[in-house]
Amino acid sequence: MTLVYVEHQDGTPEEVSLQALALARGLAGGGEVHALVAGASAEAASGLLGEHGVATVHVPDHEVYASHAPVALGRALTQLAARLGSHTVVAAGTERGNEVMAHAAAIADAPLAANCTEVGAGAELTVTRIRWGGSLLEEARVHGETALLTVAPHAVEASSVGAGPAAAVERFAPELSDADTAVRVVERVSTSAGGGVTLADAKFVVSCGRGVGSPEGFAPAEELAALLGGAVGCSRAVTIAGWRPHTDQVGQTGTKIAPEVYLACGISGATQHMAGCKGAKRIIAVNTDPEAPIISHAEYAVIGDLHEVIPAITAELRKAGAG
Amino acid sequence: MNILVCVKRVPMTGGTIVLTPDEQAIETRHLGFTISPHEECGVEEAVRLIEAQGGESVVLSLGPSDAEEQLRDAMALGIDRAILLQTDEEFDGQATAAAILASIEADRAAGVEYDLIFFGNESADSGNYQVGIRVAHALGRPCVTGVKGITVENGRARCEQEVPGGRDVYDVALPAVVTVKEGLNLPRYPSVPGRLRAKRKPLETRSPKRTAPGVEKIRLKLPEGDTSQAEILGHGPAAAPAVVDVLRRAGLVA
Repeated sequence: MTLVYVEHQDGTPEEVSLQALALARGLAGGGEVHALVAGASAEAASGLLGEHGVATVHVPDHEVYASHAPVALGRALTQLAARLGSHTVVAAGTERGNEVMAHAAAIADAPLAANCTEVGAGAELTVTRIRWGGSLLEEARVHGETALLTVAPHAVEASSVGAGPAAAVERFAPELSDADTAVRVVERVSTSAGGGVTLADAKFVVSCGRGVGSPEGFAPAEELAALLGGAVGCSRAVTIAGWRPHTDQVGQTGTKIAPEVYLACGISGATQHMAGCKGAKRIIAVNTDPEAPIISHAEYAVIGDLHEVIPAITAELRKAGAG
Repeated sequence: MNILVCVKRVPMTGGTIVLTPDEQAIETRHLGFTISPHEECGVEEAVRLIEAQGGESVVLSLGPSDAEEQLRDAMALGIDRAILLQTDEEFDGQATAAAILASIEADRAAGVEYDLIFFGNESADSGNYQVGIRVAHALGRPCVTGVKGITVENGRARCEQEVPGGRDVYDVALPAVVTVKEGLNLPRYPSVPGRLRAKRKPLETRSPKRTAPGVEKIRLKLPEGDTSQAEILGHGPAAAPAVVDVLRRAGLVA
């Protein structure tokens, strides 16, 4: 039997959790798949989870689950896995999925393979997992009686098993110590700056690298982004220079973007940067160097200086009546 | 206050990753090395906290003798002393946590207790997302992960985590383990006197014991990349109409 930790928004399971379920079903090989769902409206997830092959949804009862409480979640997961006799526990490789699973792994003293893209069938568990934000893959053996895996987002497709009965819902009371409930969200500070499109959600992103020369050098990119209702990003070199805040950084250690078009200007295409823009549907690279690595990752390229090309695109859009 | 910062030496990969012929590692002969990005911010935060509140900062790394370079870099930024858990062997997440735990326990036996222990949220190279959390559990301390803002006051740490649309706040008692993310601060550049001082600061080498791996690497491989070359839309400003055409086809322009 396989146990899956499912993240949800007001009772709607996250797509990445459904992807983790698809992988877990493959692992279960016909055996049952159960889910741990915590927090308010957890029961509401049982309908959709039933369609994704979950037999039973387990909901931990404790006031601490009203907000994110990673240790208490890890504790609930390990106690549930032990009670159900589940030797494989799976979750989505999100920040919180990896966090909760690491707590569970620490509590159970079991191995955790983070961000798997494939799991091999066979006598011993083998996985393929991502390193370097996806620029490199590792094949690994997972030892031990109990194994914990997280599934790299978008590595596996979610798949429904068809309309059917909702998953059964069982509530249970995990045994929690004071230490288990000490780490929890005590306050949510809203930072969304009045309706502006965020980098992560923007349909159009224009980024500049160090070649932009100065903080002021971003003005043409700002103008173009505003014209298309998009967002401005930058490379790590730019944030290290202090020209833009870290929240504007696209990359492995910055923001992951998924726009329709990503206009990457004066960006060489280091693995650190490319790990953040894998989700872009189309990349247009603007670079003076036709040999820059980004050219081999992009669908389109303009060979030229960003200081000339960006204003020319803005002018062309104005001519075409945009904005 | 005593602060321990754990850092990892990782290669600066640049544009293309090349593997060694045995597929066990990245070919690093032509690469420089750095402290894994999240952890650079851990080093900076430790230096700032000790500057403001007094005490001692210690940097620790598990890795080859060359990791001395990253430990000296951290000391050049203001860390007081360093511990190298020297090994040429591969340690997985569990083994790394066990080795760091043993080192912290040795310090405790020698009378050094850390009020705060910083880790990176995940390393740039192996991305295991677990070492700090495992150490926290073994020590029986609270652990907040992915921290991008921290205030230490009256024996407590207020930690902020970035989430879509805002920040989630945690408030934990010290001693605590905190895993940090890039963006927590903007690390300073080392000064020349800082670099000179770092050469004379104490660096203690210890020999870690490797426990059996839970996740054992078989081999590395490169993802099937698109080797296709980009379609060249044009040169310089003359390419603008072709760019707008792409934007139009993507539905971004009416």
